[in-house]
Amino acid sequence: MRYHAPATLEDATQLLGSDLGDCRILAGGTDLLVRMRSGFAEPDNILDIKRIDGMRDITAEDGGWRLGAAVSGAEMGEHAGLTADWPGVVEAAGLIGSTQIQGRCTVVGNLCNASPAADSVPALVAARATARIAGPNGTRDIPVEDVPTGPGKTSLAKDEFVASVFLPARPDTSGDAYLRFIPRTEMDIAVVGCGLSLTLDGDGTCTDARVALGAVGPKVIIVEDAAKALMGTKVDEAALDALAAACSAAATPIADKRGTVEFRTHVSGVLAKRAAKIAASRAGA
Amino acid sequence: MRKIHVSTKINGDPTEFLCEPDETLLDVLRDQLGMTGSKEGCGTGDCGACSVTVNGRLVCSCLVLGAEAEGAEVATIEGMAEGDQLHPLQRHFIENAALQCGICTPGILVAAKSLLEHNPDPTEEETRYWLAGNLCRCTGYDKIIRAVMAAGKEMREAS
Ligand SMILES: Cc1cc2nc3c(=O)[nH]c(=O)nc-3n(C[C@H](O)[C@H](O)[C@H](O)COP(=O)(O)OP(=O)(O)OC[C@H]3O[C@@H](n4cnc5c(N)ncnc54)[C@H](O)[C@@H]3O)c2cc1C
Ligand code: FES
Ligand code: FES
Repeated sequence: MRYHAPATLEDATQLLGSDLGDCRILAGGTDLLVRMRSGFAEPDNILDIKRIDGMRDITAEDGGWRLGAAVSGAEMGEHAGLTADWPGVVEAAGLIGSTQIQGRCTVVGNLCNASPAADSVPALVAARATARIAGPNGTRDIPVEDVPTGPGKTSLAKDEFVASVFLPARPDTSGDAYLRFIPRTEMDIAVVGCGLSLTLDGDGTCTDARVALGAVGPKVIIVEDAAKALMGTKVDEAALDALAAACSAAATPIADKRGTVEFRTHVSGVLAKRAAKIAASRAGA
Repeated sequence: MRKIHVSTKINGDPTEFLCEPDETLLDVLRDQLGMTGSKEGCGTGDCGACSVTVNGRLVCSCLVLGAEAEGAEVATIEGMAEGDQLHPLQRHFIENAALQCGICTPGILVAAKSLLEHNPDPTEEETRYWLAGNLCRCTGYDKIIRAVMAAGKEMREAS
C-alpha cells in the first residue's frame, strides 16, 4: 500500500486518474481504517485529503456555509455561525461516535461511506445541501442525496472525490432538527433517523419544508408527502399527525436485531413529529 | 512496502520515525517508540484505550495512520506526569480507587485531561458524555467520574 497526501485538488484528481490501482480517499478514517483493519478494504493506495488547501475550512458563502471535506464533527460543533444557522445539521454530525470519533469524523466521509444509517445524511438532505465534486475537468455541484446510490456505493467516478458540501442560505424564520432512535443514550447506530428543515412566514404558517428519513431504506428517503403535510399549516397537531402518517407510509425498513419492521415504521412517524416541533420552535414559532 | 519517514513532536519532544503506510499511530507509539502507555483494547475506535491528542484534538490512535502524524503535535499518557510529580488527575484516580486492572486508565486519563482543558468546570453529565467513548470493564465508572470531578475542582482552586 502507498500513502499519498497531495497539497492541491489538481494533484489529487490527477493521482486518482493515474494508473496506480485501487485508491481510497482518507478523511477522518473512522470508517476506512476500521474496514481496513477488519480486512473488508485492502486498498493499494490511500489518498489523504487533509493536506489539500481549503479542505479544513468552514467558509461563509452567499449567505450559506461551505464545509471543506476534511472538517471534523468537533470543528462543526465549535463554529458559532454554522451552529446558529444549521443547528439540526450540527447536532446530527455531533451524534457520530464518541468525543474521540468527533475529533476525526467528517460529514463528507459519513456521506461517501454510504451507510443507510449514517446520521448526518438525513440532516444534510433536509437542508438541501449540495456536494462539490472535484474531477479531472474541474468541479461540479450535485445534491447530496445523489452521492450515495445504495449501501456502500456512490455515484462518484474513480477519478472524482467530494471537495466540500454547501449549506445554502434560508430565511431567518427557518429551523431544522435531526433526531435518531437508538436503544442506548450514546455510541450506537441509528435504528431510525429523521432530518427536517422548515420555514415559517410572519404569522407562523409553514411556507417550506423538507423531510428525510435514514435507516429505513437502502438510502435516505425524501418524504415529499410529509413536507406537503406541513406546508400551509401552522404546524399544529393535525398537521403533525399527517406528517407522521406520511413518514410511516414512506418508510421501507428491514427487520434486524435492533428493530422490527413495525417498530421502525412507527418510530419514523414519531421522530418526524418531534423533529418538526423542534424545528418550528427554532424557526421562532 | 516503502517505509515513510515522519517528523513529529511527541509530548513536546521532536521525534522521527519510519513507518509502513498502513501502520497506525498506536502501533508506531507502542512497537517502535516503546511508548506502551497507550493500549489497544479493540483497534476499531470503540474502547478509547488508545486515546491520545493530535494537535490538541482527542482521537483514537488506532484510527490514525502513523503517516498522518507528519508535522503534528502528539500528546500521550507518557507526557502527563511532570517527572515524579503526578498530574492531579492521576493522583485523584489513585485516591478514589478509580482503576482496577488499569487497561482503560491511560486512555481515560488522556481523555479526562482533554475534557478539563476544553471545559474546566464540567457537570457530571458533561463528564459522562465526554468519556462515553472510553470503556471500562472493571470499575462501573462511578469512581472514575468522581475522580475526574475531584481533580477538576482541585485544578480550578489552584488556578
Ligand atoms: C466507534 C465508532 C462510532 C461511530 N458512530 C457513528 C454514529 O453514531 N453515526 C454514524 O453515522 N456513523 C458512526 N460511525 C461511522 C463513522 O464515524 C462516520 O461514518 C464518519 O462520518 C466517517 O467519516 P470519516 O471522515 O472518518 O470517513 P473515512 O473513514 O475517512 O471515509 C469513509 C468512506 O468515505 C470515503 N470518503 C471519505 N471522504 C471522501 C471524499 N471527500 N470524497 C469521496 N470519498 C470519500 C472513504 O474512501 C471511505 O470509503 C462510527 C464509527 C466508529 C469507529
Ligand atoms: S484500541 Fe483504539 S479505540 Fe479501542
Ligand atoms: S480498570 Fe479494568 S477496564 Fe477499566
